[in-house]
Amino acid sequence: MSNVNITIEGQSYSVDSSLTVLEAARSCGYEIPSLCSFNHGECNQGSCRVCLVEVEGARGLVASCVYPVNEGMVVKINTPKAIKARRTSVELLLSNHSQNCQQCHKNGRCELLDVAKAVGARENMFTGEKTEVFYDDLSPSIIRDTSKCILCGRCIARCKNAHGNGVLGYERRGFNAFVAPAGNISLAQSPCLMCGQCVAVCPVGALIEKTDLPLVDKAFEEGKHVIVQTAPAVRAGLGEEFGMPIGTAVTGKMVAALRRLGFEKVYDTDFGADLTIMEEATELLNRIKNGGKLPMITSCSPGWINYAETYYGDILDHVSSCKSPHQMQGAILKSYYCQVHNIDPKDLFVVSIMPCTAKKFEKERPQMQKGGIKDVDAVLTVRELGDMIKRSGMLFTRLPDEDYDHDIMGTYTGAAVIFGVTGGVMEAALRTAYYVLEGKEYGPIKFEQVRGFDDLKEASLEIGGMTLNIAVTSGMKNAKPLLDDIREGKSKYHFIEIMCCPGGCVNGGGMPFVRHRFLPNEEINILDTYRQKRAAALYSEDERQELRQSHNNPQIKELYEKFLGEPNSHKAHELLHTDYAAREPFRI
Amino acid sequence: MGHLQSAAVRQIEEICDRYRGENTPLIMILSDIQKEFGYIPLEVQEIVSKKTGISVAEIYGVVTFYSFFSLEPKGKYVIGCCLGTACYVKGAQKIIDQFCELLGIQPGQTTEDQLFSIDALRCIGACAAAPAVSINGKVYARVDVKDVPRIIAEYREVAENV
Repeated sequence: MSNVNITIEGQSYSVDSSLTVLEAARSCGYEIPSLCSFNHGECNQGSCRVCLVEVEGARGLVASCVYPVNEGMVVKINTPKAIKARRTSVELLLSNHSQNCQQCHKNGRCELLDVAKAVGARENMFTGEKTEVFYDDLSPSIIRDTSKCILCGRCIARCKNAHGNGVLGYERRGFNAFVAPAGNISLAQSPCLMCGQCVAVCPVGALIEKTDLPLVDKAFEEGKHVIVQTAPAVRAGLGEEFGMPIGTAVTGKMVAALRRLGFEKVYDTDFGADLTIMEEATELLNRIKNGGKLPMITSCSPGWINYAETYYGDILDHVSSCKSPHQMQGAILKSYYCQVHNIDPKDLFVVSIMPCTAKKFEKERPQMQKGGIKDVDAVLTVRELGDMIKRSGMLFTRLPDEDYDHDIMGTYTGAAVIFGVTGGVMEAALRTAYYVLEGKEYGPIKFEQVRGFDDLKEASLEIGGMTLNIAVTSGMKNAKPLLDDIREGKSKYHFIEIMCCPGGCVNGGGMPFVRHRFLPNEEINILDTYRQKRAAALYSEDERQELRQSHNNPQIKELYEKFLGEPNSHKAHELLHTDYAAREPFRI
Repeated sequence: MGHLQSAAVRQIEEICDRYRGENTPLIMILSDIQKEFGYIPLEVQEIVSKKTGISVAEIYGVVTFYSFFSLEPKGKYVIGCCLGTACYVKGAQKIIDQFCELLGIQPGQTTEDQLFSIDALRCIGACAAAPAVSINGKVYARVDVKDVPRIIAEYREVAENV
């Protein structure tokens, strides 16, 4: 990497020669408005024409997001010609855009509005025909509304980069073009994993989660016994909805807010995560002992389950039969909790706060209900919880820190907290498997080998006289080679953790949007560091816990003694385990 | 989704194999399939996707981008009316309108008897012959509105005598 000397706005700078003009300007402290360019060229097609600048010697204005810097380049951002051109580009985008900004779910987080303000776009500069609109809300997870799409291609790029076989693409051409799954079918009929990575990168309201807030409101109105549980990653993201720096753990304030929102009980899904570890570690050890299917693969991530059922229907017996933690906890709430508190399960309404849009789909699976009673009734993303708190009038940052409810299932261990980051489930399972096989706790507690954000993390561990080969990956593009090996019968692993979203739940499709522009106090390269920062919040909460292994959770022990018997018992299977079925990618 | 006959599947896979090793084989594969089958429905795109590793979404995007590719079966005779600049200024719009009126279909559609389809094309490279019409590869030069009924009749006659 070498540097080049360039001039921006008459000032001299030395910048990395591999940068585009847009990135170089940003690194020198200039913010050129842009839309289609995202995350170091993850999406960079120069299609939105919003980032136009003057470059001396170049023919006409150039799209700075695709124009590389070179020695001696003179860049001018603030010239009458460039200002006018950028404004026209945005005005043209607005002329073919839905105008219901006030009601739009992206209101307040919309990059198009942000850019329109920055360039000084004027009202109704261009009126005329509009592109045919398609609206798809059949998926339980994601709504696609092409009236808001600006054809930036970020969703297409993210889906492909994360999962290899992208589901979204452009269709038709020119003015008639739009973004859709092949055949312009509903996402519900397509091979969409419902992970919400497309939602996470959409600059406008064209792709958003389907909200479950009305379901929650109705449950309160009907006077139901409404209980809430929060996933591990939520505490590491919710603060961002209220302007707190990325990586701030807001566990205490979140619990306080939920209690004030009227939930009867505020539980941590970490209890369900501890339960998952008891079941999953037992399942793994049984498979190893009894010659069961190996490698066994984790089953916590519903996006991954969707992928497995769609593309690897022939090796589903490698996937752990454990339900995901919030479904396990839901099942226990609808059975054990109801029994203890003498409540009719029909009157109990369970809300899960998740960093995930696929969980909205998961809760609707027929395997996740019994006799018409769903384990979980509503799933809200972190963003939806943010909306719920904002509309209540509470000032989140001024709330006191409170603790989760602790009757029968509030207690959790550090092992459960780290479920929210890639490698966390593996580490939690190893802590317990080590104890079972060695008869003592693993001294260092931490398994550093499975931490970090590498595409693939592998380790061979000597535990209890056997060598355990493990692998951890996230993003289906990274999982594919491991799965192909299993299919061909040449996988060397015993246990694999797979998470759908790259980096695990801290980067889930239901987490707050990360845009450096909206975070004036964050550094400019926040897209490179936000996952690590959120993960650090979880790892430090693990460090602070007295209990750090799932099998040491006293309430888990009590649950087995009083209700379930032992891990993988008949009752545990009935409530906490599930099954999978292969399906066609296109269900039309 | 409907299922293709195994012979068709094999043929599509064979077409994909022709371009194994090419950097960007998609357009060539789709061209061959379009020539062989006359159209490229979603289930065919799924097979191409499995063989090439290119996502169905991307393939569908290419198929709907180029008017040469069709998602639906085309008629026996595909009337390609050039609406490129040269043909357009020479009155090509009137020609295509006349074909549409006489056959009772819109551009992109096929007659009920599956005999004719009309395609609006953007420059077929025969500007000297403007306005030009290309039917199954045969180019009609300097077409006049008055010629249209005769051209249609010509193909009807051929079809009846087969």
